Amino acid sequence: MSTETSNIEELANQEYKYGFVTDIEADAAPRGLNEDIIRLISSKKGEPEWMLQWRLKAYGHWLTMKEPAWPNVSYPPINYQDIIYYSAPRPKVRPKDLSEVDPELIKTYQKLGISLGEQERLSGIAVDAVFDSVSVATTFKEKLGELGIIFCSFSEAVREHPDLVKKYLGSVVPAGDNFFAALNSAVFSDGSFCYIPKGVRCPMELSTYFRINAADTGQFERTLIVAEEGAYVSYLEGCTAPMRDTNQLHAAVVELVALDDARVKYSTVQNWYPGDREGKGGIFNFVTKRGKCAGRNSRISWTQVETGSAITWKYPGVLLIGDNSVGEFYSVAVTNNRQQADTGTKMVHIGKNTKSTIVSKGISAGHGQNSYRGLVDVKRNAVGARNFSQCDSLLLGDRCGAHTFPYIEVKNTTARVEHEASTSKIGEDQIFYCKQRGLSTEDAVNMIVNGFCKEVFRELPMEFAVEAQKLLGVSLEGSVG
Amino acid sequence: MSLLEVRNLHAGVQGNAILEGINLSVGKGEIHAIMGPNGSGKSTLAGVLAGREAYVVTEGEVLYQGKDLLGLSPEERAREGLFLAFQYPVEIPGVTNMYFLKAALNAIRKHRGIEELDAMEFIALVKEKMKVIDFDQSLLNRPVNEGFSGGEKKRNEIFQMAVLDPTLAILDETDSGLDIDALRIVAEGVNRLRSPENAVVVVTHYQRLLNYIVPDFVHVLIDGRIVKSGGKELALVLEEKGYDWIREESGDVPADAHAAGSK
Ligand SMILES: Nc1ncnc2c1ncn2[C@@H]1O[C@H](COP(=O)(O)OP(=O)(O)O)[C@@H](O)[C@H]1O
Ligand SMILES: [Mg+2]
Repeated sequence: MSTETSNIEELANQEYKYGFVTDIEADAAPRGLNEDIIRLISSKKGEPEWMLQWRLKAYGHWLTMKEPAWPNVSYPPINYQDIIYYSAPRPKVRPKDLSEVDPELIKTYQKLGISLGEQERLSGIAVDAVFDSVSVATTFKEKLGELGIIFCSFSEAVREHPDLVKKYLGSVVPAGDNFFAALNSAVFSDGSFCYIPKGVRCPMELSTYFRINAADTGQFERTLIVAEEGAYVSYLEGCTAPMRDTNQLHAAVVELVALDDARVKYSTVQNWYPGDREGKGGIFNFVTKRGKCAGRNSRISWTQVETGSAITWKYPGVLLIGDNSVGEFYSVAVTNNRQQADTGTKMVHIGKNTKSTIVSKGISAGHGQNSYRGLVDVKRNAVGARNFSQCDSLLLGDRCGAHTFPYIEVKNTTARVEHEASTSKIGEDQIFYCKQRGLSTEDAVNMIVNGFCKEVFRELPMEFAVEAQKLLGVSLEGSVG
Repeated sequence: MSLLEVRNLHAGVQGNAILEGINLSVGKGEIHAIMGPNGSGKSTLAGVLAGREAYVVTEGEVLYQGKDLLGLSPEERAREGLFLAFQYPVEIPGVTNMYFLKAALNAIRKHRGIEELDAMEFIALVKEKMKVIDFDQSLLNRPVNEGFSGGEKKRNEIFQMAVLDPTLAILDETDSGLDIDALRIVAEGVNRLRSPENAVVVVTHYQRLLNYIVPDFVHVLIDGRIVKSGGKELALVLEEKGYDWIREESGDVPADAHAAGSK
């Protein structure tokens, strides 16, 4: 028994392979946060006055707020005055096309397996790459433009499409929503903006790749996706960071809006540096993601595979306002070594006949702690609302933990809410069975874990699913044996 | 030289002796039956041979194809052609039978330096083997053993055996839980696998299966020892008279109880 356990644990020890640092000159703000820093960020980005005012208001909110203490994670206090809130690779002039992008940056993305060259086409995925705080390149822009689709960096959207940004910014996650969302609203540096006009089905996956490079830098990006009536978009987000022995803060906000009959599918493969085996370093991933099914028959799906970060604090949710709207949350969260994750979703049923599905798969190995925290909130007028939740936990070894905190609030008697939960330990019997058929321990664990996650992986676009499976293997390597 | 040579094997779990001096020799082309009452150590013997880590070998040695079997990891044993049909096959949720078997077969082929099969080649092989043992296609795309009936699980073991084509197959009570038709099909599969190059060890406590898989040798395992060995007629005697007469006959069995089988 203990042999199996220690074998399982040996598997989890492959090095983080995205941990390199790119040697690039950065234009950074001094450490710390105050109104001047916010003004500096805003002016660096050449923002209009209304944007600055929005930020300052958010900052005012933030000053009155406290860091949440309820998540089931523990970490040393964060000194918000010791963080650098803005860092941009030089030159600060935004490149017009790829030939103007620093070749070092292009190389960095190549190392990550991301191609910024349109000629390579990256299997038809349009990419917006965010390096530290700024967006460096958006591919396929013209092609999308022909369909009326806007896909650009957030800063560009503020300049070029102010009316859309004004209309939707903060409409799903208000600036004062929570401590980290308020912080993001005050200091967000860049991110992606995406607008799909009425009736348009976006012909390719849109993708953002986030990379934290500079030391002691926080990354505060903001993504806003709007799908007009009958529009469809599938959006992918990936992230990596260098290995550093200090913790780095990542506090993003993502807002999704779906109008009548629109559908937004948002997939994340989160692979921020998780820290070393003893828990030194790693990203604090404190993220607010929310979608608003504003229109009838609209549908928003979140699919996430979370393998990285020292600490993850994230509850992608959906506000189901339009009648017959659908919210979905499919999640795989892995915690190995000293990683901690408190993640789940919030489904708020407001309109009639709204439906939500929650499938959460938590995998813990090493000393990892994995909590599912979910809220299903059925409001008074949500006649015929339905929810199905399934939360499964898989334990590898006996020093890790899995916890489930489902909250259910139902104010309409016609609602149907179902919750299923299970916790299982990866069985020695299963591993032995695989080995008896010729598979290595590592392959056996991979196979069993991937089988466990199947319902989530099948929601991911093809290339992403393959990547996610590999990542899972890497992040659990050495954790079973 | 025999394919499998078990010499004075003592094994148990954490200080508890279960096998107390097994001697067994299995030659190529042979079928051996190991019979014995519940709890006598049959599955333990199968598990030790396959490398189940819960068992500790305290004495003795096992040679397989002339090599020290106990020094190999379970997956190395499998790749060297040792196959165990489990008494209680294990479920692997979310992993299809096809996917599982292809990974297993390719791990074995890779080990032997044979080119791995691609999806098309694998499907062709599977189709051929499915016919041999009359295996239901719908089970192929279902997760390994998940929600299978007892009989389906046992058939799946034999199907896997047919695909992996082992040199030494150990069937641990593959007959229990099978109706007579399934039993016949399983036996048929085993008989077709038979060749002068490989061998089968059938663990059972009913003689029923042995009507279909005719053993060359029958061994009686009681209290961790092989107390009697003989030809196929021994199984019939056991069927008729049970095990008690052997207990009485052998009395206090010497640790080096002789096992017939090899030449
Ligand atoms: N993993 C184990 N832990 C404890 N006892 C075991 C274990 N495996 C087998 N035994 C014991 O060893 C004896 C032989 O078991 P087994 O080999 O399964 O017998 P059989 O297959 O002949 O019915 C039984 O008394 C059983 O309880
Ligand atoms: Mg048994």
